[in-house]
Amino acid sequence: MKEKILKILGDIRPEFDFNESDNFIDDGLLDSFDIVTLVSELDSEFSISINGEDISSENFATLTTIENLLKVYI
Amino acid sequence: MITEFSGKRITDLISVIPSKISKFDDEIHNYSFTREQSIKLKNILGFDQHRIVSNNTTASDLCEYGFRYLVDQKKFRPESIDALIFISHSPDHFVPPTSSILHGKLNLKEDCLCFDINHGCAGFIVGLQQAFMLLNNKEINRVALMNGDTLSRKTSIKDRNSYPVIGDAGSVTIIENDPLGKPLKIFTKNRGKDAMVIRIPAGGFRTPSNNKTASLHSDGDGNFRGLDNLVMDGGSVFSFVQAEVPNMIQELIELNQISMNDIDYYILHQPNKFMLEKLADKIGVPYEKMPNNIVENFGNSNSVTIPLNLTFNLSKELLGYSPNKLLLAGFGVGLTWSGLIWEMSSLKSCEILEFDDNNG
Repeated sequence: MKEKILKILGDIRPEFDFNESDNFIDDGLLDSFDIVTLVSELDSEFSISINGEDISSENFATLTTIENLLKVYI
Repeated sequence: MITEFSGKRITDLISVIPSKISKFDDEIHNYSFTREQSIKLKNILGFDQHRIVSNNTTASDLCEYGFRYLVDQKKFRPESIDALIFISHSPDHFVPPTSSILHGKLNLKEDCLCFDINHGCAGFIVGLQQAFMLLNNKEINRVALMNGDTLSRKTSIKDRNSYPVIGDAGSVTIIENDPLGKPLKIFTKNRGKDAMVIRIPAGGFRTPSNNKTASLHSDGDGNFRGLDNLVMDGGSVFSFVQAEVPNMIQELIELNQISMNDIDYYILHQPNKFMLEKLADKIGVPYEKMPNNIVENFGNSNSVTIPLNLTFNLSKELLGYSPNKLLLAGFGVGLTWSGLIWEMSSLKSCEILEFDDNNG
């Protein structure tokens, strides 16, 4: 799962190394529109529909938080 | 707050869009993002084309055009209008009220109340509520509700977060007392502590416009805008909508003692395609019951998205004989969220007009 998430993140913002960040939002790797793109890609990749209320900066701050969120749906 | 009414009816509903179409594909070069990034967002958020006013066209011009059309069609006489409500963030001037200007241009009688209301995304429901309250006075039998915005003129073309989604439009809704009008309840809430989540920082008396407020600066995310421009905290707006709108819809369903399936159409304000799809998924409404094509065809025109949705997607149904049970809901600027379930009887007019502001 981690590799798939990293691949999607890399496609959205290829200029950043997501392994080097402790917080994608605070470090400026993802803005709110990137999160929208990420949610759409994750929905499609994992055949899920992430609940709108779960689309918060906290849930998309690190690989671990994204993984934990996906586990709720998969 | 829940307000209750009965015996009200919309007789005529006209949306007015400017003739100029601006396409997202032609605007991509304005943004400091890769073409691939922008195309992805286009598909997700529903950016495709939007209607933009030319020259100095104002929201009141669009509304005036719609009203004159109805009069020309002999739907009613101008002197039968007892109140005019103009709802917009785009007044002609700070002084006088735009409703007064419209009153003069449309040659309405002096025994006619005029109101300007500064409201946005929930403005159509707010306007209906105001009209219903006015109609509860025996002196008032017919209200002209005019919604309009031309916020493309206050949005930076280098702001990919806002510009592609903004559309200009106006609408005219004629509302009357009707003994056969079904009872209805309007849900309305306000959260003023978050009012600045959607804002135009400068241009009012708090921060007057000057050369500094007009100059563009980076927001750090690749967008460039000035303090004179519209700015939306996208994440905050999204969270607010996803948290509060489903609760409002659930409360309206319970108040009306019906089930979700009893609603023929969910006509919601349309900030963008993604936000509405997520709402539909959450409340369990099939996409075909929640038309979601206003942003991609016209852009988000604030309080006009609901009337535009009705005229674009449901004119056949609303002009037909059978009543339609609709859930209407607006949410955003304020922050305000408001909605109602209404079994609407047949309209006499329900159409979209194009305003040629190159020759208008």
